[in-house]
Amino acid sequence: MAEIIVVTSGKGGVGKTTTSAAIGSGLALRGHKTVIIDFDVGLRNLDLIMGCERRVVYDFVNVLNDEANLNQALIKDKRNNLLFILPASQTRDKDALTQEGVQKILNELAESFDYIICDSPAGIEKGAQMALYFADQAIVVTNPEVSSVRDSDRILGILQSKSLRAETGAEPVKEHLLLTRYNPSRVADGEMLSVADVEDILAIPLLGVIPESESVLKASNLGEPVIFDETADAGQAYSDAVSRLLCEEVEFRFLEAEKKGLFKRLMGAR
Amino acid sequence: MSIFDYFHNKKTNTASLAKERLQVIVAHERGKRSQPNYLPKMQQEIIEVIKKYIPIDNDQVTVTLDNSDNCSILELNVTLPDNT
Repeated sequence: MAEIIVVTSGKGGVGKTTTSAAIGSGLALRGHKTVIIDFDVGLRNLDLIMGCERRVVYDFVNVLNDEANLNQALIKDKRNNLLFILPASQTRDKDALTQEGVQKILNELAESFDYIICDSPAGIEKGAQMALYFADQAIVVTNPEVSSVRDSDRILGILQSKSLRAETGAEPVKEHLLLTRYNPSRVADGEMLSVADVEDILAIPLLGVIPESESVLKASNLGEPVIFDETADAGQAYSDAVSRLLCEEVEFRFLEAEKKGLFKRLMGAR
Repeated sequence: MSIFDYFHNKKTNTASLAKERLQVIVAHERGKRSQPNYLPKMQQEIIEVIKKYIPIDNDQVTVTLDNSDNCSILELNVTLPDNT
């Protein structure tokens, strides 16, 4: 039985697709057969982040409409043979998604996969609701910034009231907080909400803290999920988050600011 | 932070302000979330009835629903104008 994990946030641009790509790849690297589904119909980008944009032939909506079967639409990752991508349609809109259609595809995927990662679009409209409806677990991606935290709280409310698990009174969706673009030195200067602040407000368990890092943009430039970069701080932080998702206990890293030397401090360098 | 700020040292902690603002707005929105869907409409209709007799503004009526253990309390608070 596959575990369905939605990566969601409410707000756009906080790192949902980066996170879906990294966590999905990380699960595959640990030996779990994983598929990442792009639910952002009309604005697909998972293919670019995964570096398979030129291999897209059929998409999610084609499978939904029986224009192609799943095997035709699934793209196998070049780096890991346990990792697959199901791209979103670029020419349709979110109304192409129906609850029955999504359920049928998820059921079929659940037969052969261990993990199904649903990369949600921004917002709280149909696309986002479809992405989270069937979830067993939710990774709520949040930036340490007021609008992102508020939107995360909103999406938590939707998970608790409009998911299948909520509607049927089953065990609630397991929620995880993933803080991204974290800048410890700005936190130390009192310019950025700390991990503890965000935990206080959202009150859900912390899955990981991804430091703001140049390696993330570099990874998206290359179309290679940042978790494959073992030397990058962000890659290592995602790897820790994957361990925690698999219920391993891992200490948090990258929470403290790098000590600045006297020279740098005098020059006012960040 | 440069050498000049170092001696002034009067940094404002904007993060704590952000946290306070978030705690207020999130608590407020969570409260609304647990309300039944009919509450805003009912509030509007109550206001219309009162308006028939007393000139009041919409923001002079507050309707809240508190759920505690095994009972729910519907509280209606109308601020009447001074000159009535």
